[in-house]
Amino acid sequence: MDMSTTRIWLIILLLGAGTFLIRFSFLGVIGDRKLPEWVLRHLRYTPVAVMPALIAPLVLWPAATGGQTDPARMLAAAATLILGMTIRNVLAAILGGAGTLYLALYWLG
Amino acid sequence: MSHTPLPTYFRGLRDGAPFLLVIVPFGVLFGVVGTEAGLNLAEVMGFSVLVIAGASQFAALQLMSDNAPTLIVLATALAVNLRMAMYSASLTPYLGGAPMWMRAVMAYLLVDQSYAVSITRFETGPAMTLKQRCAYFFGVVTPVCPVWYAMTLAGALAGQRIPPEYALDFALPITFLAIVAPALRTMAHMAAAGVSVAVSLLLAFVPYNGGLLLAAVAAMMTGARIELWLRRNGRWT
Repeated sequence: MDMSTTRIWLIILLLGAGTFLIRFSFLGVIGDRKLPEWVLRHLRYTPVAVMPALIAPLVLWPAATGGQTDPARMLAAAATLILGMTIRNVLAAILGGAGTLYLALYWLG
Repeated sequence: MSHTPLPTYFRGLRDGAPFLLVIVPFGVLFGVVGTEAGLNLAEVMGFSVLVIAGASQFAALQLMSDNAPTLIVLATALAVNLRMAMYSASLTPYLGGAPMWMRAVMAYLLVDQSYAVSITRFETGPAMTLKQRCAYFFGVVTPVCPVWYAMTLAGALAGQRIPPEYALDFALPITFLAIVAPALRTMAHMAAAGVSVAVSLLLAFVPYNGGLLLAAVAAMMTGARIELWLRRNGRWT
C-alpha cells in the first residue's frame, strides 16, 4: 500500500465517525418519540427487506467459487431456508444448512 | 417474568453465539488481508475497533490497496454501511427509550448480527421491558463484537487464514438465512423478502451498494402495502 500513515489514520477515523453517525442516526435523534403509523408499518419489514438482499447475491454467485453458481451452496441455502421456515429454530437451521453443505460438497465435489 | 435483566442478557448471549461461525473466519481474514496489504498492527486494529463493520472494512482496504483517492475510499465504504440507518430506524421503537449514552453505545455496537437477532426477538418474542431489551441486545453483542476485535488481532499476528476447504465463506449466508427464515410468517413478509431477492439480483451491477438499498426500500414498500391491503380485507392476524 502506497499511503502515508496520516492518510491511513484519516480514513480509519473518518470512516469510524461516519459509520457511527449512520448507526446513531434514528436511535439518537428520534429516541422515544412516537413514529407515525405508516413509518412503523414500513419499518416492520426492515429485516425481511435488507437481509435477503444482503445474502441473495452471495448464494447465487459465491466469491469462493469465483462467482460461479455452485449446486452445493444452493442446496445448503435451500435446506437452511426450509428448516428455518418450518421448525423455526435458528440453531437447527444453521446445523442443517452446514450439514447439507458439507455432504453436498463431498458428493458433488 | 424475571425482575433482573441478567437471564435476558444470557438469553441474548446464547442467541448471538451461532454467529461465531461468521465472526471468527471473517475477523481472521481481515487481520490477514489487512496485514498483507501493508497496514501495521495498530492500523488493522483501528479498523476493526473504530469502524467495526466487516464489509466496509474490506471495501476500504481494497480501494486503499488500489491507491484510490481518500474521498472515494470514504464514500464507497460509507455507502456499504448506509443500510445500518435502516437498522437504527427499525430498532428505535424498541430501544429509543434508553438513556442517550446507552443509545450511543448500542449504536456503536449495531452490526448486521446484533440487529438481526435482536429485532427478531423484539418482534416475535414475549413482551419485554425496555431494560430487558437493552440487556438482550448487549447479550447478543457479547459473542460478536469483542470476538471481532480478537480474531482480527489473531489474523494479523498469525498471518494465516482458515483454509478454504472448510467452506466457511458460506457461514454468512447460512446464518442470516436461518435468522430471517422464521420471520417470514405472513404473506406480506414473504412478498417483501421475494422483492428484496429479485431487486438485489437485478440491480447487482449498481455501484456503491445501491442495489441493496433500492432492493430494501422496494421490499419495505411491498410489505407495508400488502399489510395495508390485508388489514382492509380483514385478513391481517
